[in-house]
Parts: sequence; structure tokens; C-alpha cells
Amino acid sequence: MIDTLGPYAGFILASYAATAGVVLALIVWIIVDHARLSRQLSSLEQRGIRRRSARSAATLTERTDTP
Amino acid sequence: MPLLSQISALANPTRFLSLVKVLVPVLTVLTLILFAVGMVMVARSPADYQQGETVRIMYLHVPAAWLAMFTYGIMTVAALGTLVWRHPLADVAAKAAAPIGAAFTFISLFTGSLWGRPMWGTWWEWDARLTSVLVLFIMYLGLIALWRTIEDPVTAARAAAVLILVGSINLPIIKFSVDWWNTLHQPASVFRMGGPTIDPSMLWPLLIMAVAFTTLMLTLHLLAMRNEILRRRIRALGLMAAGDAR
Repeated sequence: MIDTLGPYAGFILASYAATAGVVLALIVWIIVDHARLSRQLSSLEQRGIRRRSARSAATLTERTDTP
Repeated sequence: MPLLSQISALANPTRFLSLVKVLVPVLTVLTLILFAVGMVMVARSPADYQQGETVRIMYLHVPAAWLAMFTYGIMTVAALGTLVWRHPLADVAAKAAAPIGAAFTFISLFTGSLWGRPMWGTWWEWDARLTSVLVLFIMYLGLIALWRTIEDPVTAARAAAVLILVGSINLPIIKFSVDWWNTLHQPASVFRMGGPTIDPSMLWPLLIMAVAFTTLMLTLHLLAMRNEILRRRIRALGLMAAGDAR
């Protein structure tokens, strides 16, 4: 494979490796960030801290559940 | 529904998050297919009669350079959305796009340097095209720093929007730098008056790779926007909790 890429194979392979590395780093960063933020949000919600819209929806459900 | 009403409907972050949930899997599959097809076409494409096998760097360098500018274009529209229409998701879109744009600009500069060394005999040249793209990269880094520095999101959004609009002057400079000044960089060979000058055997792999990079960028942008909405929600809840505690 490297032979078929000629005398500048190192430059070509380095380009592809660097691009893959940067794109992978972006993907990992976005996934890790999402996991961290989701954990923080659910921890706040567990402590009863919810958005007003979420709170009113929860109250409505409780009222409907009450016989 | 008219386009403006559709955009206004997306002002609701919860509705936007539902849309992300539907769009991301579709875009991910599309991106993977496009990259698979693109890479096979790149492997089968011929070597250039002058540049030999190094022309294969073009299939990464050119799409990355296009996306470096396209992402800044998205940020420019979002900046207008922040300043003119005060769309709640406009700043979210701009802020989420900045690291992605910076990454594509870095890829463009890095692969360009790796292509330049064997072809031009130099890693870097302070000419108009290379310098204006470096300025774009610095603009991205500056904007990321600005968002991180100003704590209040509304103040940060306005300051960033103004800076983005000022920086958008650089986009036509990048595009036409090869026509306006003497440069080592070759002139436009795809989007030009009179049609592309590249042979179809190289043009098609290039276009497929460009579409693949674009769908990748859109997928990452939607995911980064989702993260930014969550980040703002957490901040709002934190402030609400602090207010309740008083």
C-alpha cells in the first residue's frame, strides 16, 4: 500500500491520519460532554429542581392520578 | 407552513431537541455511507499527471477548506439571527459551530501544509490565501475564548455576534485571494465561471467526499447544539435553585 503511494506516502498517510484524529477527537468530545451534561441535569432533577414547564407537567400528572 | 413560521416553531428548544433525535440517526447513516463510497472512489481515482499520488490529499484538504468557510457562513447567519431576530437558538447555533469550524480550518491548514511541502517545497508561505485562512482559524479561537470569558450568555451572545459579523469580511477575501493577489496557491478549479477544470475521474470522488464532510459537519453541529441547550438548562436550573435557597 505504502509503495503504491509513491515517494510522498508519508505526507499522504499523515494527512489522512491527522484528519481522522481531529474528527475522532471532535466526536469523543461531543459524546463525553453530552454524558457529563446529562448526569448534571438528572442530578438537579433528582433534587427536585425542575424547569417551570416540567414542574407544571408533573403537577398535572399528579392531579390526574389523584382519584 | 411558511419558512419563517417553521423557523419560529424551532425557537422552542424542546421541539428542536425532538427534531435532533430524529435527524441525527438519519444523518449518521448517510455520513457513513457517503464516506465509505467516497473512500472507495478516492482509492480508485488516478494519480495526477503532475502531482502524482499527492493529489489524494486534495480529497481531504478541499472539503475541509470548504467547510471551514461554510461553518463560518452558518455562524454569520446565526449572528444575524441573534442581533436582528433575537432567535433563542441563534446563539446556540453559532456557539456550537465554532469548535467544529475551528477543527475543519485546522485540518485544512495542516493537510495543506503536508501537501505544500512536496509540491511547493515549503511547509508554509505567507501569501494571501494561506494567511487569510490562518486569520479565519484565529477568529474561531478568539470567538471560543470570548464565549468562555463572558459569563452572562446574553452579553456574550451579542458580543460574539458583532465579532462574527466583522469577521465575515474575511470570507470573500479567502475566496478571491487567489485572484486578487499573486500566490503559490492554485486558483479555483471547481466553483468557477466556465465550469470545473478537474477531470471527472477526480471531480466525482472530490464532490462525494465534500458531501460526506458536510453531512458529518451537520451531524456534529446538531449534537453540539443539543449539548449547548442542556448546558443552558443546567445554568438556568442552578440559578433557580440558588434563588429558591435565598
